[in-house]
Amino acid sequence: MNVPGVITREPAAASPPSPVLPPLPPGHGGMDLMEALRGALSALAANTLRSILTALGIFIGVAAVIATVAVGEGARRQVTAQIQSLGANLLIIWGGSATMGGVRLGAGGRSNLSYDDAIAIGREVPEIEVAVGSIRQTFQMVAGNQNWSSMVIAADPDYFIAHEWVAELGRLYTAEEASAARKVVILGATVAENLFGEEDPVGREIRIRQTPFEVIGVMARKGQNPMGQDQDDAVFIPYWTARRSVMGASRANARQVGTISVKIHEGEDMQEAEESIRALMRQRHRVAANEPDSVSIRNLSDIQATRDAAARTLSLLLASVAAVSLLVGGIGVMNIMLVSVTERTREIGLRLAVGARRRDVLAQFLLEALVLALLGGAVGVAAGLALSHLVADLAGWPVLVKPDAVLLAVGVSALTGLFFGFWPARRAAMLDPITALRHD
Amino acid sequence: MAALIETEGLTRHFPAGEEVVKALSDVTLTVQPGEFVAAMGPSGSGKSTFLNLIGCLDRPTSGHYRLMGESVETLSHDRLAELRSRRIGFVFQSFNLLPRTDALGNVELPLVYRGLRRRARRDRAAMALAAVGLGDRMRHRPSQLSGGQQQRVAIARAIVGSPDLLLADEPTGALDTRTGLSIVTLFQALNRGGVGVLMVTHDAEVARFASRVLRFRDGRLVGDMRQEPADAAAVLAALPPMEHAA
Repeated sequence: MNVPGVITREPAAASPPSPVLPPLPPGHGGMDLMEALRGALSALAANTLRSILTALGIFIGVAAVIATVAVGEGARRQVTAQIQSLGANLLIIWGGSATMGGVRLGAGGRSNLSYDDAIAIGREVPEIEVAVGSIRQTFQMVAGNQNWSSMVIAADPDYFIAHEWVAELGRLYTAEEASAARKVVILGATVAENLFGEEDPVGREIRIRQTPFEVIGVMARKGQNPMGQDQDDAVFIPYWTARRSVMGASRANARQVGTISVKIHEGEDMQEAEESIRALMRQRHRVAANEPDSVSIRNLSDIQATRDAAARTLSLLLASVAAVSLLVGGIGVMNIMLVSVTERTREIGLRLAVGARRRDVLAQFLLEALVLALLGGAVGVAAGLALSHLVADLAGWPVLVKPDAVLLAVGVSALTGLFFGFWPARRAAMLDPITALRHD
Repeated sequence: MAALIETEGLTRHFPAGEEVVKALSDVTLTVQPGEFVAAMGPSGSGKSTFLNLIGCLDRPTSGHYRLMGESVETLSHDRLAELRSRRIGFVFQSFNLLPRTDALGNVELPLVYRGLRRRARRDRAAMALAAVGLGDRMRHRPSQLSGGQQQRVAIARAIVGSPDLLLADEPTGALDTRTGLSIVTLFQALNRGGVGVLMVTHDAEVARFASRVLRFRDGRLVGDMRQEPADAAAVLAALPPMEHAA
């Protein structure tokens, strides 16, 4: 039966000198966070594909939020900048339709506003800083062998105060030059480029309708207005110069202006000023009590308010999209955590048997859900940023990534993980170790 | 010195619908430190329920249980967990190793809940693995180990925290005779070092290595017999050699 001399390796290995270990030094009596984090990461890594797919829900939500907020914020900033480029506290008065022989000409028809209306407004409405009339008309202009068709805006220098516009090169014309009807012109940046290229236009000459003008300045660049028009594609000449030398004058329109730009003193009530102007215009245009106003007044803050309302609606929509995708992502996290708890029931039983407290198990699964959601969130932020820049590059839209949007997205994804991870984690923690150990 | 295990009228009933399953009734028993106790009985006899109660995995319906002089029946979940962590080591029939974790990681696990730093845990786990003869298998995953080796990893995990009491539920049930014997040899060596052992088994061949045999039937302790234990190492050495290399 027993063959002497044959020694198997098992008994030798089974009898080490003394398998009893020396007493264990006391620990600090709690699970350390690094170990918990390591455990969570390795558990997630064990089901890599599943973890990725689960995090995808959070990822998409966060990426969409970051990208859309960036694009939305960029667009909002651009609109605000455009509106501000027109001048703050600015009212534009448009003439109502003039009536010629019973025929009403409609807006933009012959104006019923006059140079004197502007003076009257400036004199009689206390809230007003400046009121200045202007006319605009398109002409072909020539400089040397270049020519360019552009808008001529004829207005006195108060126009530049109302529209908060300064010269980039050279200077603006003075009130004296304006009243003397001097043939001076200030070019918009676009016109300067097209007529003079890289050269300095100041001191040079351009012809507008054969009339020579001295270029005394180039305006600072303003860019597009909210309607998408290039505000720099224009030149500026004094009102009376235009009347005498360019646009001509008949008895009917000798003092006519197209619009009056009104700048209200800082802090004054725009609404009140508007009412005063309306009343004054009714009086000056002799409008009967039962007839509509003779002028229309456009308030840029109205445009701003409309844009703001639109932006708010858009934000609300984005917020709902984000909420829904995070909800769906969160449910995905909860689902997968429940699966994970069920799959690892024996492991949980074992952990409890070797000394894990319920809160250790709770923390373990909560941390796993948190890490899962945060990974999705972090990659989502990265993808959102990349998407924003892609949109900026490809579509040419302005984007603006605000740090608080990133923080919010990360915070919300963390909360999603904790919220939807809690129930599965609690389920794990409440398992009975005996049943858990017997689980198949 | 306090008795290792002291029970008095230990009873565990489970409500099952209208009925009450009397899994364990009125067990009074004292086990001194250094004893090697085998609990025997057919399935449903209450031996596993007894083991679970002694292991602080469950609380009795009535009766008293003191582990190393400390009353267990009134303790909170957290205190029970702490007792399991400091006083008790478990060995299961199906090993219950974490499959994705190597031997070292598995043995380290109880120390995580004792709040030891990683360095200290790793050193201690390596020591425990060396003590069960697996010093050269620390980086192997359970799937890369034989059944006997897996059970050794489980024993290393059970002793890593220097428990007073080793609880084993059919530890040789999933192993062949030779491997089972080597596991029992390890238990005996640990027992000689002062660790109390309570082993549930239905195999009389295995029970003869214990110094005391408890018999359960229908939830009651029906036999309590002391004996001169057989020496597992000697029995193993006397087995015919294996035909293939281990």
